Amino acid sequence: MSNWDRFLDSFFNLRVMADQLPKIVDGFFLTVVLALCIVATGLIAGLLLAVVRALGIRPLNWLIIFVVDLFRALPPLVIIVLLYFGLPAMGMELSGFGAAWLALSLVLMAFAEEVYWAGITAVPKGQWEAARSTGIGFLPTLGAVVLPQALRMTIPPLTSRTIAITKGTALASVVAVPEILGAAQAGVSFSFNPSPLTLGALAYLILFLPVVILGRWIETRFAWKR
Amino acid sequence: MQDFVEAFLNIEIAREAAPILWQGLWQTLLLSVIVVPLGILGGIILALLSTVHSAWVRWPLRVWTDLFRALPPLVLLVFIYAGLPFAGLEMGAFGAVALGFFLNTGAYYGEILRAGIESIPRGQVEAARSTGLTRWQALSLIVLPQAVRNVLPDLVSNTLEVVKLTSIASVVALPELLFQARQAQSVTYNATPIVAAAVAYFILLWPVVRLLSRLENRQLAGR
Repeated sequence: MSNWDRFLDSFFNLRVMADQLPKIVDGFFLTVVLALCIVATGLIAGLLLAVVRALGIRPLNWLIIFVVDLFRALPPLVIIVLLYFGLPAMGMELSGFGAAWLALSLVLMAFAEEVYWAGITAVPKGQWEAARSTGIGFLPTLGAVVLPQALRMTIPPLTSRTIAITKGTALASVVAVPEILGAAQAGVSFSFNPSPLTLGALAYLILFLPVVILGRWIETRFAWKR
Repeated sequence: MQDFVEAFLNIEIAREAAPILWQGLWQTLLLSVIVVPLGILGGIILALLSTVHSAWVRWPLRVWTDLFRALPPLVLLVFIYAGLPFAGLEMGAFGAVALGFFLNTGAYYGEILRAGIESIPRGQVEAARSTGLTRWQALSLIVLPQAVRNVLPDLVSNTLEVVKLTSIASVVALPELLFQARQAQSVTYNATPIVAAAVAYFILLWPVVRLLSRLENRQLAGR
């Protein structure tokens, strides 16, 4: 066998690939579901935290800042492992999927809160004062006047963060979730051939390449006007 | 409450696990000191290439960057560590981590530095060239320092992410902090070592997060 043949046999072994394709496809959909759950939970929780922070209750704000700092400082994999291996000791069994979902949602929540908050504070104070002076209440002002302006500014930084964190779904393979990477690794040890990893890498590219390119477009489209 | 302390804040177990956690912490620091400059080096190379006005450089560069930004770092690492040996390329856990980080974080640093370089008006280069500086001198002495200053918050933020990312080296059995904590956890059947590792990461990185918050706020206020 020439080197080239050996290379093809290792990384593009069609027989192995055909064998493992169904599992990788299952993993693909699991990754998509996990990513969507994380995006929905993380972005909504982050917005709620930012709104609560806008109320300006001192002790509550310190708590929010601490929580946000905590989840910005801890590596996502550490949080996943802690939830997965730690919680059972407290009688709370969490599946690998549940641990990955909760951990990455908390991380996205923390980053999203920072970005939303930056957006809210970037809206000029005059907007608040003008709205309040016409008799609009605090929450309607926040919801109808400030947030619409703030959210537009948050789109570019939120997009890149959200993409980066949803790529973290691959970490779920560490706690035995059969998403793309998990399925591919299982395929490698089953067939003793790394072609499933090639397939897995391709699956990630199919999933994330359009997202990365879309993200690049959004970042220029909604860029801050300097 | 008693159970909670027993399971997560067990002093006895923390004391027992402390030596190997220390080793792990040192490995994490050592790894960071190696992979951060490696990634910045990769980023500088990519950013400098992006200043070349040729479609033959521009398009491969864009494909390269998007490719390594789309691939989750853990996938890249596993591919290098578990896949390449089949092609006769055995490089060990440390080599795999170094290569994976160079490719992945280099792409991110590259994008940040490129944005920084593009934020510098062309007039700066023209003025520098007209005083007799070479193209290379103008780029490295005039443009890059200003570019770095403009994107400093992004650079710090990315560096924080890179240091956090070193925890994935535990997957390829490199004995850094998370790996050691998991070893200790599996021996003692107790989550305290992982909590201790989390506390160590937090103490190490919290100052950076605070600094970042201030840098980002200042950047926002300046607009």
